[in-house]
Amino acid sequence: MVFNHIEKIGNLTLYYVEDLGRMGVFLFRTVAGVFKRPFRFAALVRQVRLIGADSFPLIFFTAGFTGLVLGLQGYYTLRKFGSDGMLGSAVALTLLRELGPVLTALMVAGRAGSAMCAEIGIMRNTEQLDALECMAVDPFRYMISPKLLATLISVPLLTMIFNVVGIFGGYLAGVELLGVNPGAYFSGMELSVIGKDINLGIIKSVVFALLVVWICAGRGYFVHQIRNAGFGAEGVSRVTTQAVVLSSIAILVWDYILTAILL
Amino acid sequence: MSNQPIIQLIDVVKSFGRQRVLDGINMNIPIGKTTVIAGASGQGKSVILKLILGLLSPDSGRILVEGRDIVTMRSKELNEVRTNFGVLFQGAALLDSLNVFDNVALPLEERTKLSQQEISDKVISTLEQFGLVGQEEKFPAQLSGGMKKRVGLARALMLHPKFMFFDEPTTGLDPEKSMEIYHLFYETQQRFGYTSIIVSHDIPKIFNLADQVVVLNQGKVESFNHPDEIQLSEVPQIKSFVKNTMGYLYRSSELE
Repeated sequence: MVFNHIEKIGNLTLYYVEDLGRMGVFLFRTVAGVFKRPFRFAALVRQVRLIGADSFPLIFFTAGFTGLVLGLQGYYTLRKFGSDGMLGSAVALTLLRELGPVLTALMVAGRAGSAMCAEIGIMRNTEQLDALECMAVDPFRYMISPKLLATLISVPLLTMIFNVVGIFGGYLAGVELLGVNPGAYFSGMELSVIGKDINLGIIKSVVFALLVVWICAGRGYFVHQIRNAGFGAEGVSRVTTQAVVLSSIAILVWDYILTAILL
Repeated sequence: MSNQPIIQLIDVVKSFGRQRVLDGINMNIPIGKTTVIAGASGQGKSVILKLILGLLSPDSGRILVEGRDIVTMRSKELNEVRTNFGVLFQGAALLDSLNVFDNVALPLEERTKLSQQEISDKVISTLEQFGLVGQEEKFPAQLSGGMKKRVGLARALMLHPKFMFFDEPTTGLDPEKSMEIYHLFYETQQRFGYTSIIVSHDIPKIFNLADQVVVLNQGKVESFNHPDEIQLSEVPQIKSFVKNTMGYLYRSSELE
């Protein structure tokens, strides 16, 4: 009885160490694939469209309402201290440093990350990845590395769009609806936002993009080796859910780590 | 053609968890001939294929392809060996985001430096040979099972491989379509002279194509130089396999 428990713990530990090793090798091969030739430019453009351009409406909508809420909440909080003129700075700093990169990455993880995981998982289950390997075609260079590069290009751009739309959402709520002085809204922002705030947001968005691809594509790639995932379509659906949850948690954890290091 | 082995499996052991699927098997694949791997379900037939293709690693043992051990190879060297491989997977394994034309063109685009015009000419000529004219724009999801296999075979043969591997080539096909695949196999082997390994359940029909038959039984292999020899085996499990798959009265000449 006791030995059974020890054996189970041992097996579980071995599984997680092995899984971590697999994922480490996966990340290395994905990054290395970016530098392998011939470069697949058409695949990169296609992925930028799928991951980046097609996410634009979602990012626009999310950013707009986030900005509106920030404008409302910020206005009523700052008014208590007679500082409603600082609304522009509050909205801009919150978006640039935190909400812009985090919410954009979470949206990309939910939309493009899940699609990435499911696509690669199905390719694994239907032997399409095996077929590529047997044709001596590196699946990393062929299809996973273009996804990484496209996400690294798209997420920072989407984050910037999120920030701009969010700031205008805050403007709409604060200035147009609640009557904050428009000059104060923008001049406060100009005075308080520095290059470091923008850089912090960009660094975060690049790290989050890497995390999303690593976790989502990696889980899909190893769908057949994940413990208790099940088989076939059910396995892919479970692993896809797991990948989105894991990448969302990783985004929040790394948000704290990066803020603590870089702020 | 000689009987010189071009692929050799030496004392190969493979387990999944606590289940030992291959228990020290030894196997020789003769050059230019057709070896059929048969056996009941779950005996590890496809595992042997995946080991030779380098998609799985054995727990121990050696796998020699043209005298080079692929088990200890680096991935770059393994890819060089794989340039001589063509594989027809059970479900054809066509890339479902590419149409028929792009699937067949894939090996040429990725592994040769041919111009787009040359690739296009070669693909069109191959599609004609495989009776796939008019299907170029279709995606795998729009094809029948038999057509998928034909596209898979066309793709596998694009670079004229030395070795062809077939994993259950006729599973899920009706008898007519199965015969169509066998004819294609026969014609292409005559034309390209490749060494082939076929994993199949389609017994006894598949034996008509075999020069050598390997039967997997409880992690071990029994090799037969001629399909008819299987019926004479005194191993109880092989006898039972013969009885269940071919019946007592099987004679290969009746099926030709």
